[in-house]
Amino acid sequence: MSANNDSFVKTVTVAVVLCLFCSLVVSGAAVVLKKEQQANKAADVQRSILIAAKIVKPEEQADFTKLFNENIEAQVIELATGEVASEFEAAKFDQRQAAKDPALSIKLQKQDDPASIRRQSKYAKVYLVKNGDKVESIVLPVHGYGLFSTLYGFIALEGDTRTVAGLRFYEHGETPGLGAEVENPQWVAKWPGRVVLNDQFKPSLELVKNGANEKNEVDALSGATYTSNGVENLVNYWLGDNGFGPFLAKVRGGQHGV
Amino acid sequence: MAFDKAEAKSVISSPIFDNNPIALQVLGICSALAVTSKMDKALVMSIALTVVVAMSNLLISLIRNHIPSSIRIIVQMTIIASLVIVVDQVLKAYAYEIAKQLSVFVGLIITNCIVMGRAEAYAMKNGPGMSFLDGIGNGLGYSALLLAVGFIRELFGSGSVFGYTILEPIRDGGWYQTNGLLVLPPSAFFIIGLLIWALRTWKKDQVEAA
Repeated sequence: MSANNDSFVKTVTVAVVLCLFCSLVVSGAAVVLKKEQQANKAADVQRSILIAAKIVKPEEQADFTKLFNENIEAQVIELATGEVASEFEAAKFDQRQAAKDPALSIKLQKQDDPASIRRQSKYAKVYLVKNGDKVESIVLPVHGYGLFSTLYGFIALEGDTRTVAGLRFYEHGETPGLGAEVENPQWVAKWPGRVVLNDQFKPSLELVKNGANEKNEVDALSGATYTSNGVENLVNYWLGDNGFGPFLAKVRGGQHGV
Repeated sequence: MAFDKAEAKSVISSPIFDNNPIALQVLGICSALAVTSKMDKALVMSIALTVVVAMSNLLISLIRNHIPSSIRIIVQMTIIASLVIVVDQVLKAYAYEIAKQLSVFVGLIITNCIVMGRAEAYAMKNGPGMSFLDGIGNGLGYSALLLAVGFIRELFGSGSVFGYTILEPIRDGGWYQTNGLLVLPPSAFFIIGLLIWALRTWKKDQVEAA
Protein backbone atom coordinates (compact mmCIF):
# COMPACT_ATOMS: atom_id res chain seq x y z
CA MET A 1 0.00 0.00 0.00
CA SER A 2 1.48 3.29 -1.03
CA ALA A 3 2.23 5.72 1.76
CA ASN A 4 0.43 8.74 0.31
CA ASN A 5 -2.97 7.02 0.10
CA ASP A 6 -4.31 9.15 2.88
CA SER A 7 -3.14 12.47 1.49
CA PHE A 8 -5.83 15.06 0.88
CA VAL A 9 -5.36 15.06 -2.90
CA LYS A 10 -5.52 11.29 -3.18
CA THR A 11 -8.61 11.05 -0.98
CA VAL A 12 -10.48 13.64 -3.03
CA THR A 13 -9.31 12.10 -6.32
CA VAL A 14 -10.44 8.61 -5.34
CA ALA A 15 -13.81 9.92 -4.13
CA VAL A 16 -14.44 11.94 -7.30
CA VAL A 17 -13.32 9.23 -9.74
CA LEU A 18 -15.32 6.58 -7.90
CA CYS A 19 -18.46 8.70 -7.86
CA LEU A 20 -18.16 9.51 -11.56
CA PHE A 21 -17.62 5.86 -12.40
CA CYS A 22 -20.53 4.66 -10.25
CA SER A 23 -22.90 7.31 -11.57
CA LEU A 24 -22.00 6.29 -15.12
CA VAL A 25 -22.74 2.64 -14.34
CA VAL A 26 -26.03 3.42 -12.60
CA SER A 27 -27.32 5.90 -15.18
CA GLY A 28 -26.13 3.62 -17.98
CA ALA A 29 -28.15 0.74 -16.58
CA ALA A 30 -31.19 2.96 -16.12
CA VAL A 31 -31.05 4.24 -19.70
CA VAL A 32 -30.34 0.89 -21.34
CA LEU A 33 -33.11 -0.92 -19.46
CA LYS A 34 -35.72 1.82 -19.59
CA LYS A 35 -37.59 0.42 -22.60
CA GLU A 36 -38.09 -3.03 -21.05
CA GLN A 37 -39.08 -1.55 -17.71
CA GLN A 38 -41.71 0.68 -19.27
CA ALA A 39 -43.09 -2.21 -21.31
CA ASN A 40 -43.30 -4.23 -18.08
CA LYS A 41 -45.08 -1.42 -16.31
CA ALA A 42 -47.60 -0.95 -19.10
CA ALA A 43 -48.28 -4.69 -19.20
CA ASP A 44 -48.68 -4.68 -15.42
CA VAL A 45 -51.28 -1.91 -15.61
CA GLN A 46 -53.24 -3.90 -18.19
CA ARG A 47 -52.96 -6.96 -16.00
CA SER A 48 -54.19 -5.00 -12.97
CA ILE A 49 -57.24 -3.85 -14.93
CA LEU A 50 -57.96 -7.44 -15.94
CA ILE A 51 -57.61 -8.56 -12.33
CA ALA A 52 -59.87 -5.77 -11.05
CA ALA A 53 -62.40 -6.74 -13.73
CA LYS A 54 -62.11 -10.40 -12.63
CA ILE A 55 -61.15 -11.57 -16.10
CA VAL A 56 -57.96 -13.12 -14.76
CA LYS A 57 -57.09 -14.31 -11.28
CA PRO A 58 -54.19 -12.60 -9.46
CA GLU A 59 -51.91 -15.64 -9.72
CA GLU A 60 -52.87 -16.48 -13.30
CA GLN A 61 -50.45 -16.17 -16.19
CA ALA A 62 -51.86 -15.38 -19.62
CA ASP A 63 -51.40 -13.17 -22.66
CA PHE A 64 -52.62 -10.06 -20.88
CA THR A 65 -52.36 -7.70 -23.85
CA LYS A 66 -54.54 -10.01 -25.97
CA LEU A 67 -57.14 -10.46 -23.24
CA PHE A 68 -57.11 -6.74 -22.63
CA ASN A 69 -57.73 -5.89 -26.27
CA GLU A 70 -60.49 -8.49 -26.55
CA ASN A 71 -62.45 -7.57 -23.45
CA ILE A 72 -61.79 -4.01 -22.54
CA GLU A 73 -62.47 -0.69 -24.18
CA ALA A 74 -60.68 2.39 -22.87
CA GLN A 75 -62.35 5.78 -23.01
CA VAL A 76 -61.14 9.20 -21.99
CA ILE A 77 -63.82 11.18 -20.17
CA GLU A 78 -64.04 14.68 -18.81
CA LEU A 79 -64.49 14.29 -15.06
CA ALA A 80 -66.61 17.42 -14.49
CA THR A 81 -69.25 16.48 -17.06
CA GLY A 82 -68.85 12.73 -17.35
CA GLU A 83 -68.89 13.05 -21.14
CA VAL A 84 -66.51 11.28 -23.47
CA ALA A 85 -63.62 13.57 -24.37
CA SER A 86 -63.12 12.56 -27.99
CA GLU A 87 -60.22 14.99 -28.50
CA PHE A 88 -57.95 12.51 -26.75
CA GLU A 89 -56.90 9.17 -28.12
CA ALA A 90 -57.49 6.62 -25.37
CA ALA A 91 -54.40 4.52 -26.10
CA LYS A 92 -52.09 7.54 -25.87
CA PHE A 93 -53.71 9.43 -23.00
CA ASP A 94 -51.64 9.38 -19.82
CA GLN A 95 -53.58 10.56 -16.81
CA ARG A 96 -50.49 10.96 -14.64
CA GLN A 97 -48.86 13.21 -17.22
CA ALA A 98 -52.10 15.16 -17.60
CA ALA A 99 -52.23 15.76 -13.85
CA LYS A 100 -48.87 17.56 -14.12
CA ASP A 101 -49.93 19.70 -17.08
CA PRO A 102 -51.42 23.03 -15.89
CA ALA A 103 -53.66 23.19 -18.99
CA LEU A 104 -55.15 19.77 -18.33
CA SER A 105 -55.36 19.75 -14.56
CA ILE A 106 -56.53 21.69 -11.56
CA LYS A 107 -54.82 22.35 -8.27
CA LEU A 108 -56.87 21.11 -5.34
CA GLN A 109 -57.32 23.14 -2.18
CA LYS A 110 -56.43 21.31 0.97
CA GLN A 111 -59.99 21.03 2.25
CA ASP A 112 -61.15 19.56 -1.08
CA ASP A 113 -58.39 17.02 -1.21
CA PRO A 114 -59.02 14.15 1.24
CA ALA A 115 -56.97 11.75 -0.88
CA SER A 116 -53.97 14.15 -0.86
CA ILE A 117 -53.40 14.05 -4.59
CA ARG A 118 -52.68 17.82 -4.85
CA ARG A 119 -53.30 18.12 -8.59
CA GLN A 120 -56.09 16.38 -10.43
CA SER A 121 -56.33 15.81 -14.15
CA LYS A 122 -59.55 17.20 -15.65
CA TYR A 123 -59.75 14.07 -17.76
CA ALA A 124 -59.50 10.43 -16.84
CA LYS A 125 -59.24 7.15 -18.65
CA VAL A 126 -61.99 4.67 -17.79
CA TYR A 127 -62.22 1.10 -18.94
CA LEU A 128 -65.44 -0.57 -20.02
CA VAL A 129 -65.42 -4.33 -19.62
CA LYS A 130 -67.38 -5.79 -22.49
CA ASN A 131 -69.02 -9.12 -23.03
CA GLY A 132 -69.96 -8.97 -26.67
CA ASP A 133 -71.66 -5.58 -27.02
CA LYS A 134 -72.83 -5.43 -23.44
CA VAL A 135 -70.82 -3.54 -20.83
CA GLU A 136 -70.55 -5.72 -17.74
CA SER A 137 -68.53 -3.54 -15.47
CA ILE A 138 -66.53 -0.32 -15.36
CA VAL A 139 -62.95 -0.12 -14.20
CA LEU A 140 -61.91 3.24 -12.79
CA PRO A 141 -58.37 4.37 -12.01
CA VAL A 142 -57.99 5.65 -8.45
CA HIS A 143 -55.07 6.99 -6.50
CA GLY A 144 -54.36 8.70 -3.22
CA TYR A 145 -51.97 8.95 -0.33
CA GLY A 146 -51.56 6.18 2.25
CA LEU A 147 -48.91 6.35 4.94
CA PHE A 148 -45.68 6.74 2.97
CA SER A 149 -46.70 6.80 -0.62
CA THR A 150 -49.32 7.37 -3.24
CA LEU A 151 -51.26 4.20 -3.94
CA TYR A 152 -52.31 3.65 -7.54
CA GLY A 153 -54.99 1.16 -8.35
CA PHE A 154 -58.19 0.28 -10.11
CA ILE A 155 -61.66 -0.28 -8.75
CA ALA A 156 -64.19 -2.16 -10.82
CA LEU A 157 -67.90 -1.44 -10.37
CA GLU A 158 -70.89 -3.46 -11.53
CA GLY A 159 -73.33 -1.98 -14.05
CA ASP A 160 -75.38 -0.46 -11.18
CA THR A 161 -72.31 1.73 -10.40
CA ARG A 162 -72.72 1.00 -6.68
CA THR A 163 -71.43 -2.51 -6.20
CA VAL A 164 -67.74 -3.31 -6.22
CA ALA A 165 -66.74 -5.98 -8.72
CA GLY A 166 -63.04 -5.97 -7.94
CA LEU A 167 -60.08 -3.98 -6.69
CA ARG A 168 -56.40 -3.96 -7.39
CA PHE A 169 -53.52 -1.73 -6.33
CA TYR A 170 -50.56 -1.99 -8.66
CA GLU A 171 -48.16 0.63 -7.36
CA HIS A 172 -47.42 1.86 -3.86
CA GLY A 173 -44.60 2.15 -1.35
CA GLU A 174 -46.39 1.08 1.82
CA THR A 175 -44.72 -0.99 4.55
CA PRO A 176 -44.17 -4.60 3.45
CA GLY A 177 -46.28 -6.92 5.60
CA LEU A 178 -48.52 -4.11 6.90
CA GLY A 179 -49.75 -1.44 4.49
CA ALA A 180 -48.49 -3.42 1.52
CA GLU A 181 -51.18 -5.99 2.35
CA VAL A 182 -53.48 -3.89 0.13
CA GLU A 183 -52.19 -6.27 -2.51
CA ASN A 184 -53.02 -9.39 -0.53
CA PRO A 185 -55.55 -11.41 -2.56
CA GLN A 186 -57.30 -12.55 0.63
CA TRP A 187 -57.99 -8.97 1.64
CA VAL A 188 -58.93 -7.92 -1.86
CA ALA A 189 -61.42 -10.83 -1.93
CA LYS A 190 -63.43 -9.01 0.76
CA TRP A 191 -64.30 -6.20 -1.67
CA PRO A 192 -66.54 -7.68 -4.37
CA GLY A 193 -70.22 -7.28 -3.49
CA ARG A 194 -69.67 -4.31 -1.17
CA VAL A 195 -71.97 -1.40 -1.95
CA VAL A 196 -69.84 1.73 -1.95
CA LEU A 197 -72.49 4.28 -3.00
CA ASN A 198 -75.49 4.85 -0.75
CA ASP A 199 -79.10 5.23 -1.90
CA GLN A 200 -78.45 8.84 -2.90
CA PHE A 201 -75.41 7.60 -4.87
CA LYS A 202 -72.99 9.35 -2.53
CA PRO A 203 -69.79 7.51 -1.63
CA SER A 204 -70.20 5.73 1.68
CA LEU A 205 -67.36 3.25 1.96
CA GLU A 206 -65.97 2.66 5.42
CA LEU A 207 -62.96 0.60 6.40
CA VAL A 208 -63.74 -0.60 9.91
CA LYS A 209 -62.02 -2.33 12.78
CA ASN A 210 -63.64 -5.25 14.60
CA GLY A 211 -65.32 -6.79 11.60
CA ALA A 212 -67.38 -5.44 8.74
CA ASN A 213 -71.11 -6.02 9.06
CA GLU A 214 -72.83 -3.46 6.86
CA LYS A 215 -72.88 -3.57 3.09
CA ASN A 216 -70.72 -0.46 2.84
CA GLU A 217 -68.02 -1.71 5.20
CA VAL A 218 -64.78 -3.53 4.56
CA ASP A 219 -62.37 -4.83 7.20
CA ALA A 220 -59.45 -2.45 7.65
CA LEU A 221 -55.92 -3.81 7.37
CA SER A 222 -54.55 -4.69 10.78
CA GLY A 223 -51.44 -2.76 11.71
CA ALA A 224 -52.00 -0.33 8.86
CA THR A 225 -54.45 2.29 10.05
CA TYR A 226 -53.08 5.09 7.88
CA THR A 227 -53.01 2.97 4.75
CA SER A 228 -56.59 1.85 5.48
CA ASN A 229 -57.71 5.44 5.99
CA GLY A 230 -55.95 6.36 2.76
CA VAL A 231 -57.76 3.63 0.85
CA GLU A 232 -61.11 4.71 2.32
CA ASN A 233 -60.45 8.35 1.46
CA LEU A 234 -59.25 7.73 -2.04
CA VAL A 235 -62.10 5.40 -3.00
CA ASN A 236 -64.68 7.80 -1.58
CA TYR A 237 -63.01 10.76 -3.24
CA TRP A 238 -62.80 9.23 -6.68
CA LEU A 239 -66.38 7.93 -6.59
CA GLY A 240 -67.65 11.33 -5.38
CA ASP A 241 -68.68 14.51 -7.17
CA ASN A 242 -65.11 15.67 -7.74
CA GLY A 243 -64.12 12.29 -9.11
CA PHE A 244 -66.16 9.96 -11.25
CA GLY A 245 -69.53 10.98 -9.75
CA PRO A 246 -70.80 12.80 -12.90
CA PHE A 247 -69.59 9.97 -15.11
CA LEU A 248 -71.30 7.34 -12.96
CA ALA A 249 -74.51 9.38 -13.06
CA LYS A 250 -74.33 9.35 -16.87
CA VAL A 251 -73.74 5.62 -16.80
CA ARG A 252 -76.87 5.13 -14.66
CA GLY A 253 -78.72 7.37 -17.12
CA GLY A 254 -78.04 4.83 -19.81
CA GLN A 255 -75.17 6.55 -21.56
CA HIS A 256 -71.90 4.82 -22.33
CA GLY A 257 -73.81 1.72 -23.38
CA VAL A 258 -74.09 0.02 -20.00
CA MET B 1 -0.76 -13.64 -8.30
CA ALA B 2 -0.37 -17.34 -7.75
CA PHE B 3 -3.67 -19.10 -7.98
CA ASP B 4 -3.91 -21.92 -5.48
CA LYS B 5 -6.55 -24.41 -6.51
CA ALA B 6 -7.00 -25.96 -3.10
CA GLU B 7 -7.39 -22.57 -1.51
CA ALA B 8 -9.85 -21.50 -4.17
CA LYS B 9 -11.93 -24.57 -3.46
CA SER B 10 -11.98 -23.97 0.26
CA VAL B 11 -12.83 -20.27 -0.24
CA ILE B 12 -15.91 -21.29 -2.18
CA SER B 13 -17.01 -24.30 -0.14
CA SER B 14 -16.26 -23.27 3.44
CA PRO B 15 -18.98 -20.57 3.66
CA ILE B 16 -21.61 -23.16 2.74
CA PHE B 17 -21.33 -25.40 5.81
CA ASP B 18 -18.23 -24.57 7.84
CA ASN B 19 -18.58 -20.81 7.99
CA ASN B 20 -22.10 -20.08 6.81
CA PRO B 21 -22.79 -16.34 6.83
CA ILE B 22 -26.31 -16.84 8.21
CA ALA B 23 -25.92 -19.92 10.39
CA LEU B 24 -22.54 -19.22 11.98
CA GLN B 25 -21.98 -15.51 11.56
CA VAL B 26 -25.72 -14.79 11.93
CA LEU B 27 -25.67 -12.02 9.31
CA GLY B 28 -28.35 -11.13 6.79
CA ILE B 29 -31.20 -12.43 8.94
CA CYS B 30 -33.61 -9.64 8.01
CA SER B 31 -33.86 -10.55 4.36
CA ALA B 32 -33.81 -14.25 5.22
CA LEU B 33 -37.05 -13.75 7.14
CA ALA B 34 -38.68 -11.60 4.51
CA VAL B 35 -38.08 -13.34 1.21
CA THR B 36 -38.33 -17.02 2.08
CA SER B 37 -42.09 -17.55 1.96
CA LYS B 38 -41.75 -18.82 -1.61
CA MET B 39 -38.90 -20.64 -3.33
CA ASP B 40 -38.90 -18.44 -6.45
CA LYS B 41 -38.52 -15.29 -4.34
CA ALA B 42 -35.74 -16.91 -2.31
CA LEU B 43 -33.95 -18.02 -5.47
CA VAL B 44 -34.03 -14.62 -7.16
CA MET B 45 -32.93 -12.94 -3.92
CA SER B 46 -30.08 -15.47 -3.61
CA ILE B 47 -28.90 -14.82 -7.15
CA ALA B 48 -29.13 -11.06 -6.65
CA LEU B 49 -27.13 -11.18 -3.42
CA THR B 50 -24.51 -13.57 -4.84
CA VAL B 51 -23.95 -11.30 -7.85
CA VAL B 52 -23.64 -8.26 -5.62
CA VAL B 53 -21.20 -9.84 -3.14
CA ALA B 54 -19.04 -11.33 -5.88
CA MET B 55 -18.88 -8.14 -7.94
CA SER B 56 -18.39 -5.84 -4.96
CA ASN B 57 -15.60 -8.08 -3.66
CA LEU B 58 -13.98 -8.07 -7.11
CA LEU B 59 -14.19 -4.31 -7.61
CA ILE B 60 -13.13 -3.42 -4.08
CA SER B 61 -10.21 -5.82 -4.29
CA LEU B 62 -9.11 -4.31 -7.61
CA ILE B 63 -8.82 -0.84 -6.11
CA ARG B 64 -7.94 -1.91 -2.55
CA ASN B 65 -4.43 -0.45 -2.80
CA HIS B 66 -5.81 2.94 -3.74
CA ILE B 67 -8.60 3.28 -1.20
CA PRO B 68 -7.70 5.92 1.42
CA SER B 69 -8.41 4.33 4.79
CA SER B 70 -10.21 7.46 6.02
CA ILE B 71 -13.01 6.99 3.47
CA ARG B 72 -12.83 3.25 2.90
CA ILE B 73 -16.26 2.41 4.33
CA ILE B 74 -17.99 5.02 2.20
CA VAL B 75 -16.05 3.84 -0.87
CA GLN B 76 -17.26 0.30 -0.22
CA MET B 77 -20.81 1.51 0.32
CA THR B 78 -20.77 3.50 -2.91
CA ILE B 79 -19.65 0.49 -4.93
CA ILE B 80 -22.15 -1.83 -3.21
CA ALA B 81 -25.01 0.66 -3.60
CA SER B 82 -24.28 1.14 -7.30
CA LEU B 83 -24.24 -2.61 -7.88
CA VAL B 84 -27.50 -3.06 -6.00
CA ILE B 85 -29.19 -0.36 -8.08
CA VAL B 86 -27.99 -2.04 -11.28
CA VAL B 87 -29.27 -5.43 -10.08
CA ASP B 88 -32.59 -3.85 -9.12
CA GLN B 89 -32.91 -2.24 -12.55
CA VAL B 90 -32.12 -5.53 -14.29
CA LEU B 91 -34.74 -7.35 -12.21
CA LYS B 92 -37.33 -4.70 -13.00
CA ALA B 93 -36.56 -5.12 -16.69
CA TYR B 94 -36.45 -8.91 -16.92
CA ALA B 95 -38.22 -10.32 -13.85
CA TYR B 96 -40.82 -7.66 -13.15
CA GLU B 97 -43.29 -9.81 -11.24
CA ILE B 98 -40.68 -11.16 -8.80
CA ALA B 99 -39.01 -7.77 -8.50
CA LYS B 100 -42.36 -6.36 -7.38
CA GLN B 101 -42.78 -9.07 -4.76
CA LEU B 102 -39.25 -8.58 -3.45
CA SER B 103 -40.03 -4.84 -3.27
CA VAL B 104 -37.66 -3.15 -0.86
CA PHE B 105 -35.58 -6.20 -0.07
CA VAL B 106 -33.45 -6.00 -3.21
CA GLY B 107 -32.63 -2.42 -2.29
CA LEU B 108 -31.87 -3.53 1.24
CA ILE B 109 -29.01 -5.73 -0.02
CA ILE B 110 -27.04 -2.48 0.36
CA THR B 111 -27.37 -2.79 4.11
CA ASN B 112 -26.90 -6.56 4.16
CA CYS B 113 -24.04 -7.18 6.55
CA ILE B 114 -22.73 -10.07 4.48
CA VAL B 115 -21.78 -7.81 1.57
CA MET B 116 -20.13 -5.17 3.69
CA GLY B 117 -18.55 -7.78 5.95
CA ARG B 118 -16.88 -9.63 3.07
CA ALA B 119 -15.68 -6.37 1.52
CA GLU B 120 -14.08 -5.23 4.75
CA ALA B 121 -12.84 -8.60 6.00
CA TYR B 122 -11.68 -10.22 2.79
CA ALA B 123 -11.60 -8.05 -0.33
CA MET B 124 -9.53 -5.32 1.33
CA LYS B 125 -6.74 -7.81 2.02
CA ASN B 126 -6.82 -10.30 -0.86
CA GLY B 127 -6.40 -10.33 -4.64
CA PRO B 128 -9.30 -9.84 -7.06
CA GLY B 129 -9.54 -13.50 -8.17
CA MET B 130 -9.80 -14.91 -4.67
CA SER B 131 -12.05 -12.08 -3.53
CA PHE B 132 -14.45 -12.81 -6.37
CA LEU B 133 -14.52 -16.49 -5.39
CA ASP B 134 -15.00 -15.56 -1.74
CA GLY B 135 -18.01 -13.50 -2.83
CA ILE B 136 -19.43 -16.42 -4.79
CA GLY B 137 -18.81 -18.74 -1.83
CA ASN B 138 -20.55 -16.50 0.66
CA GLY B 139 -23.36 -15.88 -1.80
CA LEU B 140 -23.80 -19.64 -2.10
CA GLY B 141 -23.75 -20.02 1.68
CA TYR B 142 -26.52 -17.43 1.95
CA SER B 143 -28.38 -19.05 -0.94
CA ALA B 144 -28.15 -22.54 0.56
CA LEU B 145 -29.75 -21.42 3.80
CA LEU B 146 -32.33 -19.22 2.09
CA LEU B 147 -33.39 -22.01 -0.25
CA ALA B 148 -33.54 -24.51 2.61
CA VAL B 149 -35.77 -22.19 4.62
CA GLY B 150 -37.80 -21.33 1.52
CA PHE B 151 -38.27 -25.01 0.72
CA ILE B 152 -39.61 -25.82 4.18
CA ARG B 153 -41.84 -22.74 4.31
CA GLU B 154 -43.34 -23.13 0.86
CA LEU B 155 -43.79 -26.92 1.07
CA PHE B 156 -45.50 -26.96 4.46
CA GLY B 157 -46.97 -23.44 4.34
CA SER B 158 -48.46 -23.52 0.85
CA GLY B 159 -48.10 -27.18 -0.13
CA SER B 160 -46.00 -26.38 -3.18
CA VAL B 161 -42.41 -26.04 -4.37
CA PHE B 162 -41.57 -23.33 -6.91
CA GLY B 163 -45.32 -22.85 -7.32
CA TYR B 164 -45.92 -26.50 -8.29
CA THR B 165 -48.35 -28.21 -5.96
CA ILE B 166 -46.84 -31.14 -4.08
CA LEU B 167 -49.22 -31.46 -1.13
CA GLU B 168 -52.74 -30.70 -2.38
CA PRO B 169 -54.20 -28.15 0.12
CA ILE B 170 -57.70 -28.68 1.51
CA ARG B 171 -58.93 -25.33 0.17
CA ASP B 172 -58.21 -26.60 -3.37
CA GLY B 173 -59.99 -29.89 -2.67
CA GLY B 174 -56.94 -31.85 -1.50
CA TRP B 175 -56.05 -33.39 1.85
CA TYR B 176 -53.27 -31.18 3.18
CA GLN B 177 -54.01 -28.63 5.91
CA THR B 178 -51.54 -25.82 5.19
CA ASN B 179 -49.58 -24.45 8.12
CA GLY B 180 -50.44 -20.77 8.31
CA LEU B 181 -47.54 -19.92 10.61
CA LEU B 182 -45.01 -20.92 7.97
CA VAL B 183 -46.35 -18.32 5.54
CA LEU B 184 -45.57 -15.56 8.05
CA PRO B 185 -42.05 -14.13 8.45
CA PRO B 186 -41.51 -15.12 12.13
CA SER B 187 -41.57 -18.81 11.21
CA ALA B 188 -38.23 -18.29 9.44
CA PHE B 189 -36.76 -17.48 12.87
CA PHE B 190 -37.74 -20.90 14.16
CA ILE B 191 -36.54 -22.67 11.03
CA ILE B 192 -33.20 -20.85 10.98
CA GLY B 193 -32.81 -21.65 14.68
CA LEU B 194 -33.52 -25.33 14.08
CA LEU B 195 -31.13 -25.39 11.12
CA ILE B 196 -28.38 -23.83 13.22
CA TRP B 197 -29.04 -26.42 15.91
CA ALA B 198 -28.82 -29.23 13.36
CA LEU B 199 -25.67 -27.79 11.82
CA ARG B 200 -23.94 -27.43 15.18
CA THR B 201 -24.89 -30.93 16.21
CA TRP B 202 -23.22 -32.17 13.03
CA LYS B 203 -20.22 -29.83 13.20
CA LYS B 204 -19.37 -29.62 16.89
CA ASP B 205 -16.58 -27.06 16.40
CA GLN B 206 -19.18 -24.40 15.54
CA VAL B 207 -20.60 -24.51 19.05
CA GLU B 208 -19.66 -21.36 20.93
CA ALA B 209 -18.07 -21.75 24.34
CA ALA B 210 -20.65 -21.11 27.03
